[in-house]
Amino acid sequence: MNEKLMVEVQDLSHWFGIGAMRRQVLQSISLQIAPGEVVLLSGPSGCGKTTLLTLIGALRTVQEGDVWVFGHQLRGSDRRLRQQLRCHIGMIIQGHNLLRCLTAEQNVQMGADLLPGLSYRARRDQARYWLRAVGLDDHLSKLPHDLSGGQKQRVAIARALAARPQLLLADEPTAALDSVTGREVVELLQRLAREQSCAVLMVTHDPRIVDIADRLVQMEDGRLISSLG
Amino acid sequence: MSGFWQRRRIPLAWLLLSRQPLRLLVALAGICFAGILMFMQLGFRDGLFDASVTVHRLFDADLVLMSPRSMSSISMSGFPRRRLVQSMAHPDVQGITPVNWNFLLWRNPQTLSTRQILALGFEPGDSLFTDPELAAKAKALTSRGRVLFDQRSRNEFGPISKWFDEGRIVETELAGKRVRVAGLVSLGPSFGADGNLLTSRETFLELLPSNPPGSIEIGLLRLRPGADPDAVVRSLTASLPNDVKVFTKQAFIEFEKNYWRSSTSIGFIFSLGAAMGFVVGCVIVYQILYTDVSDHLPEYATLMAMGYRLKTLLGVVAREGIFLAVMGYVPAYAAGQALYALVRSSTKLPVAMDLPRAVLVFSLILAMCMGSAVLAMRRLVDADPAEIF
Repeated sequence: MNEKLMVEVQDLSHWFGIGAMRRQVLQSISLQIAPGEVVLLSGPSGCGKTTLLTLIGALRTVQEGDVWVFGHQLRGSDRRLRQQLRCHIGMIIQGHNLLRCLTAEQNVQMGADLLPGLSYRARRDQARYWLRAVGLDDHLSKLPHDLSGGQKQRVAIARALAARPQLLLADEPTAALDSVTGREVVELLQRLAREQSCAVLMVTHDPRIVDIADRLVQMEDGRLISSLG
Repeated sequence: MSGFWQRRRIPLAWLLLSRQPLRLLVALAGICFAGILMFMQLGFRDGLFDASVTVHRLFDADLVLMSPRSMSSISMSGFPRRRLVQSMAHPDVQGITPVNWNFLLWRNPQTLSTRQILALGFEPGDSLFTDPELAAKAKALTSRGRVLFDQRSRNEFGPISKWFDEGRIVETELAGKRVRVAGLVSLGPSFGADGNLLTSRETFLELLPSNPPGSIEIGLLRLRPGADPDAVVRSLTASLPNDVKVFTKQAFIEFEKNYWRSSTSIGFIFSLGAAMGFVVGCVIVYQILYTDVSDHLPEYATLMAMGYRLKTLLGVVAREGIFLAVMGYVPAYAAGQALYALVRSSTKLPVAMDLPRAVLVFSLILAMCMGSAVLAMRRLVDADPAEIF
């Protein structure tokens, strides 16, 4: 295990289902991500990209192989460790899952609220800062219900960034965005990676944003088939 | 202060509830309904027990003598009046009042129908009630065939107080004999007696010739100031024969209440009613909270994926329970007050809000909401953050 890596995956395999229905979705995957690195993961749908993301994000129990995140072994880890690690991992999820009862600002603040030792006002300023960064300063007090799909996606991105993650896992973050805002958001993620040496692992099919990647990873049938630097 | 600002969070529990006003309203209506049901049932129960001792409370007595065969105010037995006189021998006993107690048939002078009324017979010169006004009114009883009518008796006895206040001479038939109302007193109906009247011992014996003249139903004893009532009870019980029982005034009141509580089904029925209200409330609140948690399960899972602890989320559900309890209790309390007033005016039973009951109902509502919240939380434990992908 290398101490300097954000994420290190060794021979990771994963199965879904039990008995005769048991199906392997990941086959001995090995992957390393350094601080400040932006890695793009692509491949046909159903090849296990999202499963890999949830395993690294400490959302799923590791079955076989080793996953180290910030130097902590996830295989056999307890609930408390996974919860603590998740505080430092930003998740941008397809289907965004914003809290329906909260305004855009409050949703983002739910992310900022995870930061220790900040006053309420400071956390609210954080929330506003990140909403401005994704170009939503006019929609602070709107409920998710009143936002378009692309706007909701940007709120979800702001929420993930407001918790100042060291590792950002994004599942198709630009899927619901037009080319201009998609570009802006991705550049924002890239800038964040540079400035705060935050590692980014992004699942995407979007060919327009390939140029921001430090590394491209291709996946097929549960295997990594190429790793282009 | 800085601690507060650091700990301050978005009031998620409140927003979850308030951003769905219709559902919140239904929940509050349900909790409020359960609260009212409990207030009414417990109020009736306590009111009935209190109502059974309206007259008992008024007696000017430290100790009370009663026949051991007397089970309650509606089945009084007599005991020899001599026992009361004997108790005067005790150095701490300062005064005594022999009282006759029985139900007589009263004819409503307007409709001419008859009804049972509680009649108390005493020597007009003796002190019967702690109320000093009675002494002046009791003088009117020295003439034969005079009664003092309780103006708070139920209306079925006739418009006695109205007629009396108009200056009319009110005469009617009591136990088949003519009596005249010589004045009004204010006692209040009890559970056993719909109405009360006071009369002299002489008139009482005339109305009830079968009653042996040397027999009374209640003996009131007044003690020297500073005397220990319990010690006197012990020494009188030891010195008097066992055809009489000695109570302190409080024990006398409890004896009567206990009859209604244990020897009748009233206590059980109303406690069961209150329990039903509790169960109905539990079902409603559980439904609301369970649906609420299920509806927001993906959102809770998102929060867990962000790094929020399960404990934090359980706290959100618990706070929803507390909010529901408080917001449901306030209208239930107000409605309880209003319904008690209605019951008082229509039945003249002393049903009133008291602090212990207000606290009890709030505790029950809180228990109901928190219990439901705990059950709904089990759903939360199922929230798998991996599901949201």
